[in-house]
Amino acid sequence: MSSPSVGARRVAGPVPGILLAVALGWLALVIGAPLATVLAQALSKGVGAFLATFSEPDALAAIRLTLLVAAIAVPLNAAFGLAAAWSIAKFEFRGKTLLLTLIDLPLSLSPVVAGLVWVLLFGARGWFGPWLEGAGIKVIFAVPGIVLGTILVTVPLIARELIPLMAEQGADEELAAITLGAGGWTVFRRVTLPNVRWALLHGVLLCNARAMGEFGAVSVVSGHIRGLTETLPLHVEALYNDYDFVGAFAAATLLAGLAVVTLAAKTVLERAIR
Amino acid sequence: MTLTIDGVYKQFGRFPALTGVSLEVRDGEFLSLLGPSGSGKTTLLRVLAGLDKPDHGWVYLDGVDFLALSARERRIGLVFQQYALFRHMTAARNIAFGLEVRPRAARPSRTEIAARVEQLLALVQIEGLGARYPAQLSGGQRQRVAVARALAVEPRLLLLDEPFGALDTKVRKELRGELRRIHDATGVTTILVTHDQEEAMALADRVVLMNHGRIEQIGAPAELDAAPASPFVFTFLGETNRLPCEVAAGVARFEGFTAPVICPAHPADGRAVALFRPEDTRLDAGPKADGLPARVADIRGRGPVRSIACQVLGGQRLVAEVAEVAAERFEIGQRVHLTVRRVVLDTNGAGRRGASVEPATAPVRLTA
Repeated sequence: MSSPSVGARRVAGPVPGILLAVALGWLALVIGAPLATVLAQALSKGVGAFLATFSEPDALAAIRLTLLVAAIAVPLNAAFGLAAAWSIAKFEFRGKTLLLTLIDLPLSLSPVVAGLVWVLLFGARGWFGPWLEGAGIKVIFAVPGIVLGTILVTVPLIARELIPLMAEQGADEELAAITLGAGGWTVFRRVTLPNVRWALLHGVLLCNARAMGEFGAVSVVSGHIRGLTETLPLHVEALYNDYDFVGAFAAATLLAGLAVVTLAAKTVLERAIR
Repeated sequence: MTLTIDGVYKQFGRFPALTGVSLEVRDGEFLSLLGPSGSGKTTLLRVLAGLDKPDHGWVYLDGVDFLALSARERRIGLVFQQYALFRHMTAARNIAFGLEVRPRAARPSRTEIAARVEQLLALVQIEGLGARYPAQLSGGQRQRVAVARALAVEPRLLLLDEPFGALDTKVRKELRGELRRIHDATGVTTILVTHDQEEAMALADRVVLMNHGRIEQIGAPAELDAAPASPFVFTFLGETNRLPCEVAAGVARFEGFTAPVICPAHPADGRAVALFRPEDTRLDAGPKADGLPARVADIRGRGPVRSIACQVLGGQRLVAEVAEVAAERFEIGQRVHLTVRRVVLDTNGAGRRGASVEPATAPVRLTA
């Protein structure tokens, strides 16, 4: 996370200006224009129509479900990320490389596949499908499936933030704390956690943004039942397919807003880390 | 307090780190574990600290089984090479940590802790730096904080693992003196692990010289100098020259001179390779002097001692250390005669330094 100004030099001539123009132009084209479109479309029928979208029961249900999924997936992945990073960074054990590879797997896995594996496992014709049906538990086309799909997609995000930092810090501080008489929990709370707190928060932010915005994996396992199994991204798609452009773009502004807030918080955090 | 280490074995995979180490540490003693890397000195320290469990053997502290206690329960002070200060805490909070984490019943009051921290800051001579974070302190200051933090819990044993390794020479020498002063002021039994023979010999009451997971010799620095137990001890503790000789009746015979053999105690007669120190090597410029004929090849050094490298007829280079005043009598190219005060025989080549094996990087392990 080195500052972009590091190593920058002032170069005379037109080259820097041209490069800057290209970079800014590209950003305006691929990020600025879409964002502006989202806002313009959302407000095309006035602020009233824009706000009215959010009083729709289905929209509220989608927002609630999105928050619920994030509220389950993010803490679970935070706990997993801490445990995985701790074990990888501070212990030697067999299968360490395998664990590292597995953590990275979702990054290279298509989200659709991440959804599909759960269907294969828990779907009506999946491995555990009949058993689950017998027990009266619904996973696929229900909230548990959505949570599972989201978790699978976001699992590397927090662990990846923590592993390099913890590995760099080593275990000496923990060892020192133990010899000074601290118990395991005290060591974690007073030494380990404070040392990684900014990286952890950073990871949580990224994980949260991805959890709330995930479309592919969730789409496969959701079943698209309005008001029940639609998260905000799915809701946007549904409204768009219904030609409700104001509604679709209004919901999209929420997601876009989330991205902006996440980015801002990330920038502030990165300053704090440095 | 007496610490008894009895027959301790420890193996990492196929690497034998400790092979039957027995040792008695006396109350209030300053002991140094000295040896090349891979000699087992750090493993022994980690066993004492409770960070590694030995495969075999016993450790008793005043007759109580020390190995049955966890690292947390042992009440030892441990100082790391890389300080291992809690980076998000000030120096004062670092020092207070061991007191603050005590169970409520045994925890001193806030004011007592604050007073103790001030006292310790003064002991390690960094008064006024208590509010600084580790990143705002120099290496030497950090290590002072680390020592104060370890002493805060009034440890039964202070263990230091290459504590000066990360410091530059000047700070290292200064801190060495400080550490000895702190030891003498607190009376805490101290075990220092180092690979630096000068450091061990300068600081410790007794030096434990280790090699290949075994103790080669235990003794006061002067004893190790005067009566090395093996060619390894002799070569590890200082520079050596090598020269072939003929041994007969405990005396090494060279071309032009003889010298007593101080190790082994009963040398076998016959051909051998002698090791001897530059400071035990004498040069004589007189034309009719006894000794091995040689030619001065180089004169180096500053301060009270000069190193004079000599070339003997066989082409070998031998170094003699000569007092500055005496060195003025010699010049490069001059013919001299070389004699030696005492020698150690290099039995089975064990005296060659660097023959030891580096351990596979010791795995980082938490034993809570």
